Amino acid sequence: MISRGVKVTIKGVILDKQSEMTLDDLCRACRVEQKVIIALIDEGIVEPRSRNESPWSFSGTTLPRVVRALRLQRDLELNPAGVAFALDLLNEIEELRKRIKIMDIHGSRNHD
Amino acid sequence: MMNPGQVMEYRDYYQLLGTARGATQAEIKSAYRKLARKYHPDISKEPHAEEKFKQVGEAYEVLKDAEKRAAYDQLGSQWREGQDFRPPPDWDAGFEFSGGFEQADPGYSDFFESIFGRSYGGFGGHSSASQTHSPAQGQDHHARIYITLEDSYNGATREISLHAPQLDAHGRVSMRERTLSLKIPRGVREGQHIRLAGQGVSGLGGAPGGDLYLQIEFQPHDLYRVDGRDVHLDLPIAPWEAVLGAKFNIPTPGGTVNLNIPQGSQAGRKLRLKGRGIPGNPAGDLIATLRVVLPAAETESARKLYQHMEKQLGFNPRSGMGV
Repeated sequence: MISRGVKVTIKGVILDKQSEMTLDDLCRACRVEQKVIIALIDEGIVEPRSRNESPWSFSGTTLPRVVRALRLQRDLELNPAGVAFALDLLNEIEELRKRIKIMDIHGSRNHD
Repeated sequence: MMNPGQVMEYRDYYQLLGTARGATQAEIKSAYRKLARKYHPDISKEPHAEEKFKQVGEAYEVLKDAEKRAAYDQLGSQWREGQDFRPPPDWDAGFEFSGGFEQADPGYSDFFESIFGRSYGGFGGHSSASQTHSPAQGQDHHARIYITLEDSYNGATREISLHAPQLDAHGRVSMRERTLSLKIPRGVREGQHIRLAGQGVSGLGGAPGGDLYLQIEFQPHDLYRVDGRDVHLDLPIAPWEAVLGAKFNIPTPGGTVNLNIPQGSQAGRKLRLKGRGIPGNPAGDLIATLRVVLPAAETESARKLYQHMEKQLGFNPRSGMGV
């Protein structure tokens, strides 16, 4: 915590493909026990960099996926298989929506 | 938790779920699930989905739990959604809520919090996924922040305010606002998370603080659309620029760039400016899609020009259609 009145600028670290996260980091970040993350791994929702390596390591892009998976699981009371299915469909929908958005800016002004 | 005299809006949880006051637990559950799927922020494109989802979640939080539902029902059925509500002075005497909350704080209404107290967890309205980890160690927190595309191109220092729940010596939770001055890393992309080590909730008894995770979202931009690292621009050009070629300045989020339009370009042609997308290794591209804009023929001389073209060019754009 920073105390009031003192201006400190904090530098964030981008969690990208290169960043390293441990299973423990993921558990702490999502406030869940290991078995919850392992259930997602078993379902193929997220993957450690290598399953044979111990301890497991994960890319930084795993976190947003886990956060989203757990949110769906909790809010919609889905099981891991349902989450995996929902995530795949959501990713596809997002991809399509993005394409529509890009096509839209190139087309929309032609008919208004 | 109870603050008698405080006026707030009454929440009609039955109405929010669209169920009757006498609904069974099964009816409440299925009503909630239907609405949760409809308004879930990860799924829904309905306007105000997130707010709706929170309201529905709050209603379910109360009505799914027999104790909370009984306490809520005790307020009586004479209230209507949104009506000014003043809790009776000693109404919560005798109620003890067991179990507490399994969810992180999704931002409950004043009404909810005045009756059931504030739950622990959550950050800036963006709830993270359930269950505590280690009680002594500080918790990690999540928040979503909105930045401009230009912030990502240039890197920027931004003040962000976060609402953090704080546990006092008596184990009670209060919300505290704090402002962080954050250096936004250059090249950050939409949907990425950034980690601020040690900026989550402080640990108890000197235990290390948790980390703060910020999910990056871009504010919508008038000119650009972002696709991962690539940035798209819709570029209006005059017919003669398309046909004869041209060289002019175009805007990019990183500053003005001189662009060469090859002669004989058609509408819809995409020109890729390598490395002018979101910075990084590799940097993204800026993709300009040409949109030919026709000048209106509002004056006599402009009409003459078009008529002249018609005669001189003998152009039939439908020649391949067999008519």
